[in-house]
Amino acid sequence: MTGSIEQIERRRALALLAPATLWTLLFFALPFGVMAAISLRRSGTAGWSLGNYTEFLGNPEYIGAFLNSLEITVTVTVLSVLLAYPLAWIIAEEIPPRCRRLALALAVLPFWTSYVVRSYAWSLVMAKQGVLNEAITSLGLPALALGNSRAAVVIGFTHFFTMLLVLTIYASLVQLPPNLRRAAADLGAGPVAIFRHVIWPLALPGVAVGAFLTFALCIGDYVTPQILGGGNDLALPQLVMLQIGRSADLPMASALSIILMVAVTVAYLLLARSMRAVK
Amino acid sequence: MTARIDVENLTRRYGTANALAGVTLTVEAGEYCVLLGPSGCGKTTLLNILGGFADPSSGSLRIGGRDMVGVPAAQRPTTTVFQDYALFPHMTLRDNVGFGLRMRGQGRAERNRRAEEMLDLVGLTGAGGKRPSQLSGGQRQRVALARALAVEPDVLLLDEPLGALDLNLRRTMQEELKAIQRRVGATFVHVTHDQEEAMAIADRIVVMNKGLIEDEGPPERVYRRPKTRFAAAFLGEMNFVPAQVRTGRLDSPLGDLGPTEHAAGPVTLGIRPAHLRPGPEAQIPAHIIEVMFQGIHRRVRVEAAGLTLLAHLPLGQEAAPGDQVMLAVDAPEIVVLP
Amino acid sequence: MKRFAACAGYMLLIYGFIFLPVIVLVLFSFQDGRFPVPPLKGLTLKWHAEVLADEDLRAALLHSLVVAVGSSLVALFFGFLAARALAHSTMRGAAAIRGALTAPLSVSYLVIGLGLLASFNIAGIGLSLWTVAIGHVVINLPLCFAICYAALGAGEIQAERAARDLGAPEWRVMALVTAPMIFPALLAAFLLSITFSWDEFLIAFLLSRFEVTLPVEIWSLLRSGLNPKTNAVGSLVFLVSALAFLAVELATKRRI
Repeated sequence: MTGSIEQIERRRALALLAPATLWTLLFFALPFGVMAAISLRRSGTAGWSLGNYTEFLGNPEYIGAFLNSLEITVTVTVLSVLLAYPLAWIIAEEIPPRCRRLALALAVLPFWTSYVVRSYAWSLVMAKQGVLNEAITSLGLPALALGNSRAAVVIGFTHFFTMLLVLTIYASLVQLPPNLRRAAADLGAGPVAIFRHVIWPLALPGVAVGAFLTFALCIGDYVTPQILGGGNDLALPQLVMLQIGRSADLPMASALSIILMVAVTVAYLLLARSMRAVK
Repeated sequence: MTARIDVENLTRRYGTANALAGVTLTVEAGEYCVLLGPSGCGKTTLLNILGGFADPSSGSLRIGGRDMVGVPAAQRPTTTVFQDYALFPHMTLRDNVGFGLRMRGQGRAERNRRAEEMLDLVGLTGAGGKRPSQLSGGQRQRVALARALAVEPDVLLLDEPLGALDLNLRRTMQEELKAIQRRVGATFVHVTHDQEEAMAIADRIVVMNKGLIEDEGPPERVYRRPKTRFAAAFLGEMNFVPAQVRTGRLDSPLGDLGPTEHAAGPVTLGIRPAHLRPGPEAQIPAHIIEVMFQGIHRRVRVEAAGLTLLAHLPLGQEAAPGDQVMLAVDAPEIVVLP
Repeated sequence: MKRFAACAGYMLLIYGFIFLPVIVLVLFSFQDGRFPVPPLKGLTLKWHAEVLADEDLRAALLHSLVVAVGSSLVALFFGFLAARALAHSTMRGAAAIRGALTAPLSVSYLVIGLGLLASFNIAGIGLSLWTVAIGHVVINLPLCFAICYAALGAGEIQAERAARDLGAPEWRVMALVTAPMIFPALLAAFLLSITFSWDEFLIAFLLSRFEVTLPVEIWSLLRSGLNPKTNAVGSLVFLVSALAFLAVELATKRRI
């Protein structure tokens, strides 16, 4: 007798869940499994092997690309947080509530343009005859050879992720109960002390999540390095695309992608560990 | 319409906890039944089972003679007035009230006409075009009632409907609910923890505790002759005095308290504070510990014969802590409990 | 006062940095010359006109719209149903399913695209706009689910209960009560999905062959070097995206 109504409800819930779950299984989990499996084959041969991975470890070009990606990503993450935090803080604290939405919208408006187009626009800015160099040479300084270099890639990335982080850090700051700040002030803390002891530690989880998102998105990005980077200094995603396009070596491409995922997972675990340590 | 409710040996387990431990109850068609008890007693669980929102673990439930176990809420001849009203915020009052009729396939003109009728019944004439956000709490409650009644249910279930209202509004609504129930004729099952409310409205009170029914019946009977100690204490303040039945009389620390037909042996006597008062034949010396003004009388805590008791003193009599008074007991009103 | 100056100064700097590429882009799309680089010669609309007349670009635009709207509708519908099933649910494993449905959010598009590419290869399914749309549903579904899930609060659950009590069958409960009550969230999720799909390059690049979406078409254009026509495309795309973003802002401002 038990469970007739509950059975009906459970069946209903399962039916509602089915489309989304099936889609995720079929078009996300399954392909991921396929990719992982393929990474264990060598192009053109049958049989399973870790050959792709050993090739990765033994090839200085591959390792170089991986380290490249790591370095760029870490630099971009740190820079973007440094640039975004003050702006997010200003919008959250100094701007009157009425104007906050406008300020935020302005801060991320270019976010909503085509990503491809935006990276291209940076190449315009930093080209040899580009806007930046025009401005610099007109001041009498020597022109910068920024276009097609790692620095350009970092700048392009930082531009995008600063906007993203302004949003996420703002969201984190705005969640803090205002009374905490008042309580600290009431007990004699000045603005710097309030930031150091109250705001920074409490907003940290949100900031950390934003930084992780930045890391994950940046390390896997193909467009910006391809448009703004030099041909010698490849990032790992570019290598992956090369394997797909030029060599049609899907197994190797899969292996490299998995390595990328591992890097992101490691970053996630480090984040989770440090978050737990903080709590 | 209206219908009779038959509950037999209903239980409901959540893991190892017993929300309902075997409830048997009959509510006649057209009765106003109130489920009364402290939080956790199982009254809301019972209401949910009646409404079709939860299954019993065992036992049977019949409404209008039809077996209801396993039948979902949408197909039962019951509707519910929820504690938080659960009005549809994006619909006008008219559409809210007419919703159940719409589900039954009624046309728009007919629905609207009936909705206006129901709004009129609950005292919100002409407000059909408004939205819930424009109403006060009391008004929302009436709309919820109108919405539930619009489909002419056999049984109307009310889950602590007056809990969010202030005292005066609550009293007014109690009268209105009673009047509406008489007009409409459906069987009402109303859950509350407020014993005054229960006694004011109910045709039948069901006192529950820890998943079981302690006592049930007409309010006056349950109040004056409660069957269990819990029921006695829950319906109003009660003094409990240990006593012995000897040779057909009640022998207590307060003296001989009159004849009884109860079997010989130890008993507990329940004496309402209103029945412990001064009077011409007062013979029990009592020492006043605390005095509280209650409008119609003074409620005093006294010490008599080694017991701490509550008594009522009329306003005319001056009383202060430390005073001595003489009290008498209204013997016919004594409740003898096992 | 000093604080105000410091804040204003910093804001100017950062906003300048943020808007720099866009301003340059738009400015030099009017360049009357072969290369969109300084100095700015005359102003002309001819590049914009050329872009609007370009058949490939127009086709790609249509494709982008179709894929965006189609995949967003599917993602929203599935996400809404799943959110309803899991909101305030006491089902065992509800948290696990929630995690599984939001997992794709933290996976790189490269991995998602590559996985689908490899799978379609093995299954013998040809690449087309359909495969792109499938990929876009994968990336938008978690987002729609998360937004709907967050929007379904106690008020919505209680109202659903009342509707069921009054005799409504499940689909009517969802259509007449749940969906209207969380309409702002539904709209926001839909518009957000459209924006993500409309702008998405990597998956569209990997999973399409002959018919492409706008970002992929722009990419081919880019491969041919600096060209004011590319600027014009970028400016127009920026205009459309900016308008769409403003539409989202206005739509979500009006709450019930």
